Amino acid sequence: MDFGFRLAPSSAINLDEVDLELYRKAALLEPDIRICMACGSCSATCTASPYSGMSVRKVILCLQRGRKAEAASMLRNCMLCGKCTMVCPRGINTRHLILSICRVYDDGEGGK
Amino acid sequence: MTERIASGFHPFVIPFLLGMAFVLGWCLVAGVRVIFQLSREDRLRFFKSFLNPGILLKDIRDIFLDCLLHVKLWKRNPLLGYMHSSIAFGWFMLIVLGHLEVMFFLPDRLSTPYYPIFFNYFVAEGEQTIGGKLFLFLMDFFLLVVLSGIVLAMVKRVHSRFFGMRRTTRLSFTDSIGLYSLWAIFPLRLLAEGFTAHISGGSFLTIPLNWVARAFLGNELNMLPTWWAYSIALCIFMCVLPFSRYMHIPAEMLLIPMRNAGLKVRYARKGLAKVMVYSCPGCGVCIDACPMSVKKANTRDTTVYLNRQIRRGNEKRIEEISDKCLLCGKCSTVCQIGIDAPMIRIAQRSHRKYGLDQDYSDLSLDRIPKPEPGGKVLYFAGCMTQLTPRISKSMESIFRKAGIDYRFLDKDGGLCCGRPLMTAGRIEQAKQLIAKNTELILSSGCDTLVLSCPICWKIFRERYDLGGMRVVHHSVYLEELIENGLIRPSRVVETVAYHDPCELGRGTGIYEEPRRLISNVATLVEAGKHHEGSICCGGSIGSLSLGFSQREELTRNALKNLTVASPRSIATACPLCLATFSRYSDRPVQDLAELVDRSLE
Amino acid sequence: MKQNVVIIGGGIAGLEAASQLLTLGYSPIIVEKSERLGGHVASWHKLFPDMKPASEVVAELVRKSADANIFLETEVESANLLRGSYIVNLSNGVTVRTGAVLITTGFELFDAHRKEEYGYGIYDQVMTNSDLEGWFNGNPDKRIDGQDMNRIGFVHCVGSRDVKAGNSQCSKVCCVTAVKQATELKERFTQAEIYCFYMDLRLFGKKYEDFYINAQRDYGIHFIRGRVSEVSENIDGRLIVKAEDTLSGKPVKVTMDLLVLMSGMLCGKDCRRTASAFRLETDSDGFFKSRDNITGITESGRPGVFYAGACTGTKTVPETISEARSAALAIHNYLKDA
Repeated sequence: MDFGFRLAPSSAINLDEVDLELYRKAALLEPDIRICMACGSCSATCTASPYSGMSVRKVILCLQRGRKAEAASMLRNCMLCGKCTMVCPRGINTRHLILSICRVYDDGEGGK
Repeated sequence: MTERIASGFHPFVIPFLLGMAFVLGWCLVAGVRVIFQLSREDRLRFFKSFLNPGILLKDIRDIFLDCLLHVKLWKRNPLLGYMHSSIAFGWFMLIVLGHLEVMFFLPDRLSTPYYPIFFNYFVAEGEQTIGGKLFLFLMDFFLLVVLSGIVLAMVKRVHSRFFGMRRTTRLSFTDSIGLYSLWAIFPLRLLAEGFTAHISGGSFLTIPLNWVARAFLGNELNMLPTWWAYSIALCIFMCVLPFSRYMHIPAEMLLIPMRNAGLKVRYARKGLAKVMVYSCPGCGVCIDACPMSVKKANTRDTTVYLNRQIRRGNEKRIEEISDKCLLCGKCSTVCQIGIDAPMIRIAQRSHRKYGLDQDYSDLSLDRIPKPEPGGKVLYFAGCMTQLTPRISKSMESIFRKAGIDYRFLDKDGGLCCGRPLMTAGRIEQAKQLIAKNTELILSSGCDTLVLSCPICWKIFRERYDLGGMRVVHHSVYLEELIENGLIRPSRVVETVAYHDPCELGRGTGIYEEPRRLISNVATLVEAGKHHEGSICCGGSIGSLSLGFSQREELTRNALKNLTVASPRSIATACPLCLATFSRYSDRPVQDLAELVDRSLE
Repeated sequence: MKQNVVIIGGGIAGLEAASQLLTLGYSPIIVEKSERLGGHVASWHKLFPDMKPASEVVAELVRKSADANIFLETEVESANLLRGSYIVNLSNGVTVRTGAVLITTGFELFDAHRKEEYGYGIYDQVMTNSDLEGWFNGNPDKRIDGQDMNRIGFVHCVGSRDVKAGNSQCSKVCCVTAVKQATELKERFTQAEIYCFYMDLRLFGKKYEDFYINAQRDYGIHFIRGRVSEVSENIDGRLIVKAEDTLSGKPVKVTMDLLVLMSGMLCGKDCRRTASAFRLETDSDGFFKSRDNITGITESGRPGVFYAGACTGTKTVPETISEARSAALAIHNYLKDA
């Protein structure tokens, strides 16, 4: 049974065991996922962020650390308004990135 | 005219009959299938439209003007118009006259399907009558008309520029077969009728040909092979028709009544969308119109190729092409069929399956900052305008100067209007946001909603139901303020070129108000291409996949078009256009609100 | 007869090179487009790391190069290579025949208007690093004079590391400049809370880390790792700055009385004229292209045309000065062999 939490979980991220499948799949659709420098512009400008904690920067980081569920809970709130794409200093097409990530989630993983 | 062959039959008509049966059967089945793919409601609407004499008359008129005379093409380029209407209308007249001939001279044969087509083979001219001469003359005349069209078509393949087209479509294999068989039909018909003219009679075209032929060839042995060839060419054309772009001929005849009945694209690959896709004649005028075509590599991502790939079911390419598009809608304005390309693309996007769907049901309106209660006018800047504070600051300043009791709905952030979700094909999610926003806006108690962003404006106009609340884009609103004397701008000596934002101009048809507004404060000059022909700034959120670096060339091209008359500055009415142009422009770019606010000082 | 060397640009690189060339026995001719010498440094107040007044540096360089021919408010119109030497036509009508040309056209500050979301030129309380130096130098500025200064923000990387602004490179000196300016402001407004919004702190030069430590320990400057996304204005004209505090992973919002934008360094637009006159190439970062970015930074690849200073990339003041010296030496070696 998965309660969504475990007793005494380890707070460390073990990079040896991180599952990067989703990150790699997303990178195939939008290779610019790799050039994020985590400046936070996207999160700061995000229309949905104040109400939901959505953050493209954190979604990318979560995928890089194999934390799919955490990323999914943020992505669900995105309104696709495109503001983050407007401000990204690296010119990442974040809107396309979000759509690409949403696609590569398998059925069930992304669902509630 | 008397019948020459008692049985009224010759084996050479068999290819024609086979082709005819095939194409009619195919179209019948396809037509019925497509009609049954419509939603129940749409289907009912479609059938009912035929009972309405007004719509029926419009159907007939549109089919005649668009399918036969190609009026829209004439307006675009007379040579292109003539080429198409000469072939379509000329051929149509040959068929009609063929039937009339049979009706007049051999009414018994009217039910024999090949008679009107091969009439001259089966008859011998008896006594010459005025009526008979006239028919023969008309037949030759329209054959000449068609042949002139064919010659132009051949020239166009080599020099499309003569026809006002920079680029033209690359033909697929079946398109080529269709094209060459179509080109072959009419010269073969000329030869067949020419070789037979001493028997069947002829006119200014066929009789001289007959003299020449008989003088050189001296016998009638060449007669039958040409009739065979004519029949086979017809057969080939009709057999490839369903698999080539020539399917547009029957499809358009279905599209016109569907559109006149007011149907909208509901499914990506079925019903109306399918009819639209098959109605595309592949003429390629959309290639030159597409703002992405400044890069040659993008020309294969234009609407004509999307339609082709949808017909082929090439999923990978369908996705690429539909995601890349800016949804600027320019191809639809030049399309003589009136294919709603943005809608078709959005439909393809909505067709897609996502492993994770957005869901805003948990979003409580209590968490969204709201302005203080009161006010008559509610101002909604929109997401993009928050990145272009020039616009919202000017708007607030104008409101104050005009003495308007306003509230700024999303000063500290708000919800997205839903249009970006809509463009991404996430229709259900967009509806959720629309519902939330509607509640938020109605709770303000204001009676007018002023928007600064045409992206918001389009969806507010089309999808929001705000009861009696008036929704207006600021370009229209500011013009009204001036008309009503609430603000009195002073004119400055400055030439300003106006850029029509896609969503405002082609999207909702607002062209004149912004121009009048500019004329109130400065001297308006037009861009090279303007109004419906305006070129997208390249920043559109309509495109899902176009990256930042791929857009620069599009923006520079749009700027080049805007500055042909060397204006001192550029004005637009969209925050996204403003931000995009400001990035590369060599002269000031401003929003209409800024322009007006400055003139009030 | 002394050999001419035309130096295009009378900033610190041009002045230093001129003084060295004078020592080496040449006749340098400085062509400066503005009405004064010293370039950007002349309008700066104090220079890190020792807070030496910029005016002293410029005065020293001007004094050492006083014997050079100096044309102010003059630009190069055209240049032709003729039998190993250049015929340079100047906008004041003078034509110079010279064996070598030194380009010291420097940089141009990023126009902060172009980052519209930061509100420069739109909101009253937004200024640039250069405006602030002007105020330090005693120019009145109503964004500061007579205003309450309770909270001041510095935005790093304005027009640097930003493809949207047309410059994806780091401008290298803004971080330390921001720290320097923050401490200077804190000295004048001791009650003010000062925030630096940065993406990465890139302080790499001699004693720069001390600046950083002092700013944290002695001045209490707050460093927030997050790029400012947008700025708005509240009813009383104060600024609301939005960013993400990426270290805590939370959006931050703060009300400011003054926002200072650290405009980055770009290759000047005017340089394009110079570039075309001498048919010089531009590197992928927008600055002039050197023969080699490691061993030949002062050489252009065109015969007799040399570079010094920020025209080949962002540089600090000491880097510029030493590059001017090495360029003078390179010119000497070139002319000696010719």
